[in-house]
Amino acid sequence: MKKNGFDFGKIMSWLAANPIPLIVVVLVIVPFISPYKALATQMVILGLLALGYNILYGYTGLLSFGHAAYFGLGAYATGIILIRTNCSLLTAIGAGVFVAFVGACLIGFLCLRRRGIYFALLTLAFAQMLYFTANMWESLTGGEAGLRNIPHPPLAIPGLFSVDVYAPTRFYFFVLAFAVIALILLNRILESPFGRVLQGIRENENRAKALGYNTNRIKWLSFVLSGIFSGLAGSLYTLHIGFVGIDELYWEMSGKILMMILLGGPGTFFGPFVGAGIFLYLEDIISGYTRYWMIVLGPIFVLSVLFFPQGVWGTVRLFLERLRKTPLEEG
Amino acid sequence: MEDDRKRTRRDFLKSIGALGGAAAFGGILTRKSFADEKAPIKIGFIVPLTGPYGTEARDQEAGATLAVEEFNTKGGVLGRRIELFVRDDKLNPAESARRAQELLEKEKVHMIAGSIGAHTQLAMNEQCKRAKTIFMSTSASNEITMAKDVSPYTFSEATNLYIITQAVGEWAFKNLGKKWFILAADYGFGWQTTEGFRAIGKKMGYVEAGLINHPTGTTDYTAYFPKIIAAQPEVLLLCNFGKDQLNSVKQVHEFGLKKKMKVVCPLLVITARHEAGDEPFEDIHGGATFYWEMADTIPTAKAFVNGYRKRWGRPPTDMAGYGYSGVKGLLSAVQRAGDVDTKKVILKLEGHTYDHYKGKQWMRAWDHRSMQDIVVLGSKTAKERTGEWDVFKVVEVQKANDKQERSPDVLGLKEGVPLSRML
Amino acid sequence: MLGIPFNILVFQVFTGLVLGTIFILLAIGLSLIFGLLTVVNFAHGAFYMWGAYAALLCIGCFGNFWIGLIVVPVALGIAGMVVEYALIRRVYGLNPDYPLLLTFGLSLIMIELVRMLFGTTGYPFNVPALLKGSINFFNLFSFPAYRIFVIAVTAAVIASLWLFLEKSNIGLIIRGGTRDSEMVKALGIDISRIWLLVFGIGTGLAGLAGILAAPMRGVYPEMGIAMLVECFVVTVVGGMGSLKGAVVSGLLLGQVVSLSCLFAPAMSNIVIFIAMAFVLLVRPSGLFGVSGLLE
Repeated sequence: MKKNGFDFGKIMSWLAANPIPLIVVVLVIVPFISPYKALATQMVILGLLALGYNILYGYTGLLSFGHAAYFGLGAYATGIILIRTNCSLLTAIGAGVFVAFVGACLIGFLCLRRRGIYFALLTLAFAQMLYFTANMWESLTGGEAGLRNIPHPPLAIPGLFSVDVYAPTRFYFFVLAFAVIALILLNRILESPFGRVLQGIRENENRAKALGYNTNRIKWLSFVLSGIFSGLAGSLYTLHIGFVGIDELYWEMSGKILMMILLGGPGTFFGPFVGAGIFLYLEDIISGYTRYWMIVLGPIFVLSVLFFPQGVWGTVRLFLERLRKTPLEEG
Repeated sequence: MEDDRKRTRRDFLKSIGALGGAAAFGGILTRKSFADEKAPIKIGFIVPLTGPYGTEARDQEAGATLAVEEFNTKGGVLGRRIELFVRDDKLNPAESARRAQELLEKEKVHMIAGSIGAHTQLAMNEQCKRAKTIFMSTSASNEITMAKDVSPYTFSEATNLYIITQAVGEWAFKNLGKKWFILAADYGFGWQTTEGFRAIGKKMGYVEAGLINHPTGTTDYTAYFPKIIAAQPEVLLLCNFGKDQLNSVKQVHEFGLKKKMKVVCPLLVITARHEAGDEPFEDIHGGATFYWEMADTIPTAKAFVNGYRKRWGRPPTDMAGYGYSGVKGLLSAVQRAGDVDTKKVILKLEGHTYDHYKGKQWMRAWDHRSMQDIVVLGSKTAKERTGEWDVFKVVEVQKANDKQERSPDVLGLKEGVPLSRML
Repeated sequence: MLGIPFNILVFQVFTGLVLGTIFILLAIGLSLIFGLLTVVNFAHGAFYMWGAYAALLCIGCFGNFWIGLIVVPVALGIAGMVVEYALIRRVYGLNPDYPLLLTFGLSLIMIELVRMLFGTTGYPFNVPALLKGSINFFNLFSFPAYRIFVIAVTAAVIASLWLFLEKSNIGLIIRGGTRDSEMVKALGIDISRIWLLVFGIGTGLAGLAGILAAPMRGVYPEMGIAMLVECFVVTVVGGMGSLKGAVVSGLLLGQVVSLSCLFAPAMSNIVIFIAMAFVLLVRPSGLFGVSGLLE
């Protein structure tokens, strides 16, 4: 389809095959059209969290109701290590990711002994245990009052450079850097044979097993991967807010992430970011008019479960697909 | 064809121009009499409008709005209009931080006041510290004036749980008995009120009959009653708040515990009292920072209650008082400083003695805490009440004194050294 | 024994009994809905809360608690049937997660509606005049009459449900469907009517739990949230789809919570989730449930 010299079709298929540059361009523009930069930063952080969760839910087809746990583990680990040691920024983030990784390994191993609803309830049980533990262990986590006075060191390599990254615009691009790296990594993983098997498990686990795959091991890997990304989001969140509260571990947080993914588009690459963006912008805008913003979001969510389970981005993709009359690559 | 389109486009532009001109003209006509050229003074106000303390949050908002309106009708402060930006933090500290970020970055507020809840105000305070902006706390927190959290920018209009328990505990010891049983919620509120009661109790020579910590959010307290009854205390201290207080008070009443012991709640609020009804709260005493009957004896209270009643159609609660006095304090400091510059305002806030709505208060320079009177309240029975809001009676007023707060060592600060020195 | 006087121990057991009753009423509903429809009803807590608010309305309209005791469960049952027919039915067979997500979204809406209509703070709810006062138990301790009443009502409800399930034809079909819905369909029975009924019974029971709990716990929008998660624990431990399981594990959990309040209050919250994880890992069908449900 040629129009004024532009080969529309060719551009679309190139974009579909390489979604990342487009995504990066969009994300670079976002802070400047957003009402305030901090909101855009939240969108990227929560988008990262939703991205992590999407690996498990959208791609592998496992519904977890306890993903707040890894977000929380990452957040608390980063906060605690910053307070108790004088470590550098990158070390703190690394610590957060590592603790979330360990948590996901252990809890994932236990939860994956079961499937379906029992799996979901197990994830819920463990997340609640973490919540109440954090609540009780006041000396470590600050309990109900939360973790405060978290130092915010500059991004530095001693001897080379030191940059204060906390001004709103700078922090956005700092977070974006991590998000882009995460996106690239995730793209590689999902494009790989491993990624294919994940989706195969989502479609029909028994068949995947019959084909000889160790589905349990693969599901566990997916769980762990998902935990790592969620933990990273948690670490960045701590740095952004300067505070860690236990509400982030409660099951309502897991519900929030689920809503973002469903709104955006489960099983799509960019969907989680779209979902996080929609959720946060809606919240910001509607809260300006009424304090009962859930009365708007609730029905939107229910309607999307009923009629648009592919989410906004998923629907857009379907539409584009129909336009081109050929299926798009994963994007 | 082209001409038509050009014409319609021209018409379109013309109408836009006309509308714009009309708007500008109308704007000139309707402009307020003051603050033409000067930018308004912006104050952020973050409270949990949704959630379990929604009513208290609305009271705070009402008080703050009243204060702003009082100043605006007199021409603003320094000839500038005051704008209050109210935000909802849903009682979630991360949300408080995000709202603070929004107010600081997008609305560019000059200072922030709020909240309800110890953890939310600490989160807001953190953001304000980072942004070198004044934060005025309007609810009780033990931590906010301690070394870890306080800063030159941090102020607390509210008193704290320690001080309240000193006042209430002293009264309870003298009037109700000295063998105390403590049933406390297992989080900040419970621990801090326990700590406070124990401190004053020790000073006066009390006997602790027992202590139970219950998880907050417990709906059924009956499981604790056997142990409490067996201990035979003279006074049962219900160290909890909100729904916890409501449920425990109801069930204490249901199980007839009040026949065996006297019951005291460190903090009594009208919302819980309304929600539970007359009978459960009968014969219960507790503390508060303000009750509208103080209008009978204090002139500024009378002015405040009348003004608030006229504006909102109901008498103010203690939370309304906090909101009112906190914002009023900020604005008065700006006025006295002659400038909205943060450092100048801080210097005017520190050490200031004032009387906004409940008698003498003073903002200590070395810990930025406003010292104030505490009232001990008793609940009125259905017969004693004359109206919807007539639910408590003032039993005693404990005058403010510096000794009621914890020592400088405990706070981690140096008495007599103003925090502004750290600027 | 254990340094605690005997009468205190008995008192503690009794309070555990009352704690258990609300759990039981809610768990039965959850269990039946899951057993027959394989739907995890995340809105169950919201129906419970609606029951309490409906009770408020009844008192407002009729001035009578006793009428409310009949009207509320029926009203909530009908509401449940409407929800099943209009919403949940659309997502059967698509994906086992969708009903869960749907009911989750629904619960958010239900809570927000109540906040908008009734305000964010709660309302007082008084014990009906007839049941005020206490009953003295062999001079061991006094127990409020209302709570005895709640135990009695719950026992009556359990008994009638048991009779219904064991003795009636519909009960037979329900039990059959819980074990093997394919089989029941194959027998030519219109299973969708049964689903409707079971969902209605479930939410009706939740409503009943709401009105019974109101005088004890008060009425406020968030009352169902923590309750829901605890009821999941009861249902899982007892076994999804089993009436006996819901009753036994409800009683058990009531005692566990009550006794842990006596010995180690801080742990009582974590203990129930450890129990839930343990059961799920070791024997997911619970004490009395049917194994292999939704594996």
